[in-house]
Amino acid sequence: MKRIGWQTILIIALLLFPVMIGSDYYRHIFIISLMWVIIGSSWNLLAGYTGQVSFGHAIFFGTGAYTAGLCVTKLGISAWWGMLLGGPVALLVGLVIGWICFRLRGPYFALATIAIGEIFRLVAIDWRSLTEGMEGILLIQSFRSKLPYYYLALVLAAACMFAVYLVLNSKWGYYFVAIREDQDVAETIGISSFRYKSLSLMISSYFTGMAGAFYMNYMAFIDPHVVFSLHDISIMAILVAIIGGVGTLWGPAVGAFIMVWLQEIFRSAFFGLLPQWVSEAHVLVFGLLVIFVIRYLANGIVGDWSKIVGPWFGKKQLSYSSSGNGQ
Amino acid sequence: MNFFETQHLTKSFGGLIAVNDLNFKVEQGEIFGLIGPNGSGKTTVFNLITGYHPISSGTIQFKDHSLNGLPTWKICKLGVGRTFQVVKPLRRMTVLDNVVASAFNHTGSLHEARDKALEVLEFCELIKKKDSQAKDLTIGDRKRLEIARALATDPTLLLLDETMAGLTPQEQAEGVELIRKIRNAGVTIIIVEHIMHVIMSICDRILCINYGQEIASGLPAEVANNHDVIEAYLGKE
Repeated sequence: MKRIGWQTILIIALLLFPVMIGSDYYRHIFIISLMWVIIGSSWNLLAGYTGQVSFGHAIFFGTGAYTAGLCVTKLGISAWWGMLLGGPVALLVGLVIGWICFRLRGPYFALATIAIGEIFRLVAIDWRSLTEGMEGILLIQSFRSKLPYYYLALVLAAACMFAVYLVLNSKWGYYFVAIREDQDVAETIGISSFRYKSLSLMISSYFTGMAGAFYMNYMAFIDPHVVFSLHDISIMAILVAIIGGVGTLWGPAVGAFIMVWLQEIFRSAFFGLLPQWVSEAHVLVFGLLVIFVIRYLANGIVGDWSKIVGPWFGKKQLSYSSSGNGQ
Repeated sequence: MNFFETQHLTKSFGGLIAVNDLNFKVEQGEIFGLIGPNGSGKTTVFNLITGYHPISSGTIQFKDHSLNGLPTWKICKLGVGRTFQVVKPLRRMTVLDNVVASAFNHTGSLHEARDKALEVLEFCELIKKKDSQAKDLTIGDRKRLEIARALATDPTLLLLDETMAGLTPQEQAEGVELIRKIRNAGVTIIIVEHIMHVIMSICDRILCINYGQEIASGLPAEVANNHDVIEAYLGKE
């Protein structure tokens, strides 16, 4: 009952938020945060649960974004078709990468994703006849109001987390975690590690591609440095999951809101309260935050939640659990 | 057709021949012991049967399948389960979840897999520990977990790799009981073990190897009194 309670409150709060808060600025930050919930959860399914660390989620994000953009520039149809096509195209890219890399074990997949990510970025820059190169793709937004985008992002984020939740409570979820824990054991209990790593990557790339297509529709401008960025997308996806909690369902969601807010606070130099040079320091702060979290909260904020609240509420929890046993 | 048979099984790692022209048969329902001094190639034989290492030459046949060249997970699907000598619990999963993951071998339903896993844990007397994290188990319980995880895949042939090593005499006695129980449930067993009184008491037949080659085979008493076996273990007089 207690768990259902806070989740219901959260959903109602998120549904009401843009109605209560009229400021487009705050709505924008929430939209971006929700988009990062999708990317973070996708990365987490692959890396946190299946143990295949990706340094290249920008591949799928950028592929999804460009799929939506090219719908307009090359096919002459609405960028909203990208919401339908972005996921499947990113999934296909993921399938090919998995087909090549998942035959190997160890760090090869991680290394390959860095390399492939850079290849995608460079191809997007240089293949001007297709992508317009560094000029990027500029669209006209369908809606002037933020509300449609907000609710779309909310639905996508909820769908993504629900999908991850369903996967984790199925055969696939058990197989993913078994592969993460020990690939040799996984094989001896009848798991084709190649097949299930590929499945995990396909789900992960699908949702990341959707997030990319959403980004194209919402921001109405993309260029290769934005959507195929190693540090702004691929590394950010990792940070979101690490801060929130790798291998936890809610971790990436919490991490997404923290990271996006932190980035925004620094970008705006604490909303203009501090001198401008502070805005340059956000990468430094991210670095320090990651060091702090890895050192003191290795399982992230959600994974180590009991450790965080323990010193303040430890006694209360103890009496709660003992009275629970007594009944 | 034999239940399980190897013919001219050979494995070389570069210049080192770890398993050399090994021929043996295992009958259905048997407990078959594989013994030999350290480094004689016992675990390598298991790794060849389960496809963990590719075979250099020879054949392995199980029921009406050839296991040559099959990936490990397919061999498991055919009904060959194994435990690891160096135990490999899935550390950050509970004991129950370790076994549930195995129990998905022949079902896609979480409900069925859970029921199967609980049944196996009950059978292996690990049910009390079902909610413990696998990394927190004692060595005795980890060895039991290895067996439970292998059993949950529903094997007809079970390969046990030194499941008694490092256990107290009391735990060993319980382990022997468990192995007998598994055989009585209809599972054929090949067991690698160093503890002689365990091997002698439960095996129907024994194969002794050294340097990857057969030096003796037959009933436990015959092998134990074989001159070459004694020499391999203790050296020449």
